[in-house]
Amino acid sequence: MTSAPETQGSDRFPAGGAAFPHRDLIAISQLERHEILYLLHEAQQWIGWNRQASKHSELLSGLTIINAFFENSTRTLLSFEIAGKRLGADVVNMHAAQSSVKKGETLIDTAITLNAMRADAIVIRHASSGATQLIADKVDCPVLNAGDGSHEHPTQALLDALALREALAARGEAAEDFTGMTVVICGDILHSRVARSNLLCLQALGAIVRLCAPPALMPAGVEAMGAQVFHDFDAALDGADVVMMLRLQSERMSGQFIPSAREYHHLYGLTTKRLGLARADALVMHPGPMNRGVEIDSEVADMLDRSIITRQVEMGVAVRMASLDILTRPARGVEGWSR
Amino acid sequence: MKQARAITITGGRLVLPDGLRDGGLRIADGLITAVGDVSPEDGDVVIGARGALIAPGLVDYGVFAIDKPAFHFGGITRAALMPDQSPPLDLPSRVSYVAKSGKPDFWVHPIAAATRGLEGAELAELALMREAGARGIATGRGWIADSGVMLRLLRYAAMLDRPLVSHAEDAGLVGAAVATAGEIATRLGLPSAPAEAEALAIGRDVMLAGLAGARVHFRQVTTRAGLDLVRVAKQNGVAVTAGVTPAHIHLSDLASVGFRSFMRLSPPLRVEDDRQAVLEAIADGTIDVIASGHDPRGPEDKRLPFADAAPGMAGAETLLPMTLALVRDGVIDMARAFDLVAGAPARLLDVDAGQLREGWQGDVVLVDPERPWIVDSGQMAASAGNTPFDGQPVQGRALRLFKGGVEIAC
Repeated sequence: MTSAPETQGSDRFPAGGAAFPHRDLIAISQLERHEILYLLHEAQQWIGWNRQASKHSELLSGLTIINAFFENSTRTLLSFEIAGKRLGADVVNMHAAQSSVKKGETLIDTAITLNAMRADAIVIRHASSGATQLIADKVDCPVLNAGDGSHEHPTQALLDALALREALAARGEAAEDFTGMTVVICGDILHSRVARSNLLCLQALGAIVRLCAPPALMPAGVEAMGAQVFHDFDAALDGADVVMMLRLQSERMSGQFIPSAREYHHLYGLTTKRLGLARADALVMHPGPMNRGVEIDSEVADMLDRSIITRQVEMGVAVRMASLDILTRPARGVEGWSR
Repeated sequence: MKQARAITITGGRLVLPDGLRDGGLRIADGLITAVGDVSPEDGDVVIGARGALIAPGLVDYGVFAIDKPAFHFGGITRAALMPDQSPPLDLPSRVSYVAKSGKPDFWVHPIAAATRGLEGAELAELALMREAGARGIATGRGWIADSGVMLRLLRYAAMLDRPLVSHAEDAGLVGAAVATAGEIATRLGLPSAPAEAEALAIGRDVMLAGLAGARVHFRQVTTRAGLDLVRVAKQNGVAVTAGVTPAHIHLSDLASVGFRSFMRLSPPLRVEDDRQAVLEAIADGTIDVIASGHDPRGPEDKRLPFADAAPGMAGAETLLPMTLALVRDGVIDMARAFDLVAGAPARLLDVDAGQLREGWQGDVVLVDPERPWIVDSGQMAASAGNTPFDGQPVQGRALRLFKGGVEIAC
């Protein structure tokens, strides 16, 4: 077993806590470019660690991390749980039924309760935009947003950036950011927190972002956020370096947004043929869960040389380990990180 | 509470329909008996205004709760209560009860529910409710989706000679939206609807009102497109009036960044261009009324994620200073400011108040238009502190308040 990664210090970033001067990780919109790069730099150090047979660190030993998920999740919850456990923390998962937190004070009460149990970090997923911020305002420990409504899902955007960086490095195109690259994000942009966080993160790292969706699933004002808007998937794919597919979030739709899954696939499904419109070496991403045959064909999803979907999942653990490490440094008394 | 002794207020600046004038007024038996160069008669209580504005008590057109301390703080002596109560004001007995509920120190003018249960389907007993004291008819917080129902309603309202107060948002387009579609709503990931939902509703209702020969009042018009339609309708002779609350005068959707649920309003805050259009419409007379929309909401309704929180603001205390801000900014003059918050709403209610006129009600407020204070949601007179202006420094404060010639603490 190799020794634990050197988890801080690089002359490329400000010293100590100045590298990441936030108590919480709520939204990419709150981060500066160099803070995103710092987080990716830290996460990168955990990739190799996670590939060893023995991957246990005692970095967060003695700390309690609560994963409070007010909305169903499998992969994100698992990823946060594994990240916490690999760092040696005591991880507790709380599944709160959505119905009981919709009413009255319960959400705040829950936050106060978690706080009283002396959690050292709380990871929140909630169906309402802004819910994570609301909880963060009421507790004393770091809060990590694991997705709030259609607002943001910052660790997803960070893991996507890390996966993309790693994939580029693996084919000999290592670079710190994505300057000059064109990324297409296609799918249910309207309801997607992943799309919002990725738009902000990719742009901060220099990429040109094209958003593609049928008009009913495209939110207003994204041009003002710097995105290029497409309704024709073929046109959006032209010359793209990366294609990120999103699923239809039927559970967030009130009313009918598309006539049928079949028709959606016809217009917006990523097929091998369609992928041919992008650059010859274009990479394919998907935050999962995938609806194979709807927004993405199995053939494409499983392309060994092009699809980095499983790499995204792998990077998720590294990014969450780095996030938990960084945010708990003040509490752990790491030198230079006191508040 | 009858006025025991006549009072004479001297040494102030009278706010009259045609402008400010140095002088005072006298109130006896609850009515204004003289305005201008007054001298006290024997036995009068004499009050020196010391240069303060002597203005009509504010008439707040369209509130959701009767919250006397907040209204008195804000210099408000009368309010038109929306029918959105629990249970709704859709029966004569409820209207009659509410009409008496504020007396003597505060007068409540009930607005009758246009439809039973405010459900937008069956007409309520509007004539009986008028007899019981209803001063208007309102669709409530909701829009009446069925144009056939709306036309029958407007015809009935025209027959009863009462204005119909309409909520101008096309409900189908709005759906579950809590924000105006645009960059801010998208950044925040909030369910949003196009601002055009307002103009769609106004367009239809103006057309139906013209057809029915009815008076229609839009309690809140908050978008450029909606205001344009109102402007044109007025030019075409339709009996339409429009109101707005200080939130849409002074705030745009930028204020909702940070998910503060005190900014959760219905209709939602609009983009800056719409806010500018509201200012223009106040300046050119398209907007007739500024009201508080007073709707105090406690933590059970507001300490929630933005989209889950109930809409509404506690507005009674900030109506006066937020309107006076328009005078300081040069948008309107003082006479017009008080027409927006007193004169015009009183005319809509058809009551002899809202102006300083001999023979009219002795509802008078002394105002220091410059006095600075800070809005603090933790220390409000209102029953809840859900003000979107929390922490904001403002100017203008009611100094003394008289309802029917009787002084009330404010």
